Amino acid sequence: MSTAPDLRRDHRANGTPEAEPEIVISIRGLSNSFGDQVVHEDLNLDVRRGEILGVVGGSGTGKSVLLRSIIGLQTPDSGEITVFGQQVIGRPDSELQPIRKRWGILFQGAALFSTLTVAENVQVPLREFYPRLSEKLLDEIASYKIVMVGLPADTGAKYPAELSGGMKKRAGIARALALDPELLFLDEPTAGLDPIGAAAFDNLIRDLSKRLGLTVFLITHDLDTLYSICDRVAVLADHKVVAVGTIPELLALDHEWIQEYFRGPRGRAAEEANEAAEDEAAAEIGTGGAER
Amino acid sequence: MSSVARFRDAVEDGRRVLHFEGDLTLPRLGVLPTRLDRLKGRGFLLDLSGVERMDTIGAWLVHRTARQRGGEIVGANDDQQVLLRQVAEADQPVKVHADQLPPYERVLGQLGSATVTAGRTMFGLLGFFGALLITFWKVAGHPRRFRVNAVVQRFEVVGVQALGIVGLMSLLVGIVIAEQGAVELQQFGAQVFTVNLIARASVKELGVLMTAIMVAGRSGSSFAAELGSMKLAEEVAAMRTIGVSPMEALVLPRVLSTVLLMPLLGFYAALAAILGGGIFCWLSLEIPPITFVQRIQEIVPRTDVWELLIKAPVFGLIIGMAGCFQGMQVESNAEEVGLRTTTAVVQAIFLVIVLDAFFAVFFTEIGWL
Repeated sequence: MSTAPDLRRDHRANGTPEAEPEIVISIRGLSNSFGDQVVHEDLNLDVRRGEILGVVGGSGTGKSVLLRSIIGLQTPDSGEITVFGQQVIGRPDSELQPIRKRWGILFQGAALFSTLTVAENVQVPLREFYPRLSEKLLDEIASYKIVMVGLPADTGAKYPAELSGGMKKRAGIARALALDPELLFLDEPTAGLDPIGAAAFDNLIRDLSKRLGLTVFLITHDLDTLYSICDRVAVLADHKVVAVGTIPELLALDHEWIQEYFRGPRGRAAEEANEAAEDEAAAEIGTGGAER
Repeated sequence: MSSVARFRDAVEDGRRVLHFEGDLTLPRLGVLPTRLDRLKGRGFLLDLSGVERMDTIGAWLVHRTARQRGGEIVGANDDQQVLLRQVAEADQPVKVHADQLPPYERVLGQLGSATVTAGRTMFGLLGFFGALLITFWKVAGHPRRFRVNAVVQRFEVVGVQALGIVGLMSLLVGIVIAEQGAVELQQFGAQVFTVNLIARASVKELGVLMTAIMVAGRSGSSFAAELGSMKLAEEVAAMRTIGVSPMEALVLPRVLSTVLLMPLLGFYAALAAILGGGIFCWLSLEIPPITFVQRIQEIVPRTDVWELLIKAPVFGLIIGMAGCFQGMQVESNAEEVGLRTTTAVVQAIFLVIVLDAFFAVFFTEIGWL
């Protein structure tokens, strides 16, 4: 147990590539089906500490079902899932609570509690897990979390219905980050956002994950997101994870769906945009431009 | 090993130093925030060199203490400095609570807004009735646009599926009325008039009133919840843009179904209540069923049945309209669906009883005793 924090620090500070990466989520032989419809069959996947893993796949390949299996909303037919080295399937709620403290989840529609203000939403996990925190400290925590995710200062007292789609997602991230989790699940974070909002959101996720040393499990359809922030990408097809790797590694594979996905017109556009952005960033660093 | 966050308060070189130790993380905070709040004095030196781990909440506590007490942070490693810089950047005044008014202003404000809401609702309901009439008129002009299927589908939910509960309830009410009536009438040796009580109360009032309450609870509420959810999911907006009038497609079939089914259900409920009373009379008062039925024929004037058949569709209209109106008022969130559903039922039952009183006075005035 005591080695975990050290590894984490090493990974962030030195980024020693030769060290064996610690596995945060490990999925082995996962099978899911609804009636006759098979969603997953013998699916295997590892998520390493500190990485942003993108999960892609066509509609209906079970990306959300995979997420729901990991976080315990869906009981798989068979298979093993460990999170932080602990089995999560079939465990009673009380034993899952300590694991739940260590992850945060942003659902597709943000899933903010509509009867609570944004600040109260952020405080819900804090109140649930740490009932002894004082009201003053709770308010302060909510405040800096709200600012941290880039929401304007008057958002705290607003209700979700008064927010735009992008602001809702930011508020959702603030709630997901309330407990300072090590692991963040994001279900299509940029879906429904305009390109500018989506790019800003990508930056936010990358920033937060780098600064806070988060491991991010990210389901997305957004090629720009994949190119700009994901360390590795897992491809779901034929009921399995058919490939995991960096985008160049995936491009080298001879898989029909992967080729079509990344080589299609949208894939190429995203690739070019990413290259341009990287050039720009390199130029900025060259001229001594600071990070914002 | 990780350990609970704590700090040592010391004076070194004439300056107060707080040596932080252990894990400055949320799970290990313990009493640290309280102790920090109790600190007095200014100009501390905050030493983080003994800290093992720190998260943003730990960083926030250190940052806040430094800011409030004019302190200086030393001994933080690179990662900790990054965290401290982030929380410092995020340290901006944020509105966490909505502005609170003084109590008397709040009470007055609530009273005022409740009054305005009540007024608006009544006007809204009136407007809704108007819109419904116009829609009905339009559809009557183009009978092909009338959605027969939608109405017939509702018949099953509103009517057929309600038969069991309405029947059982009315049967029991019939028995109760008979039982209570018999006890009182016995004192005058007039038990035989229990039949009068059962027959007239059931046909004139109880059958239709109990049915109205049941239909409001079963169907009025489901109308409100259905339409409310559809509004939240933007189904209603989608319908409008396609050119389908929600009044025509959603509201009219629902209201028509309650209008058409209330008389049937009300009559059925009256029969069930009479049956219940009859069973009681037979078993307890030894009035044979044949006699009971003959007496009923003599006692119940035809006007009682007309009264039932006139009142029932009006009540159905109110229930259907209240349900649909409240459902269509949903704008923002899931809580509103619940509130509107409750309001729909309360409003429907209230209006039904008010109108029933008017009807009672009216029918008496025109001589339908």
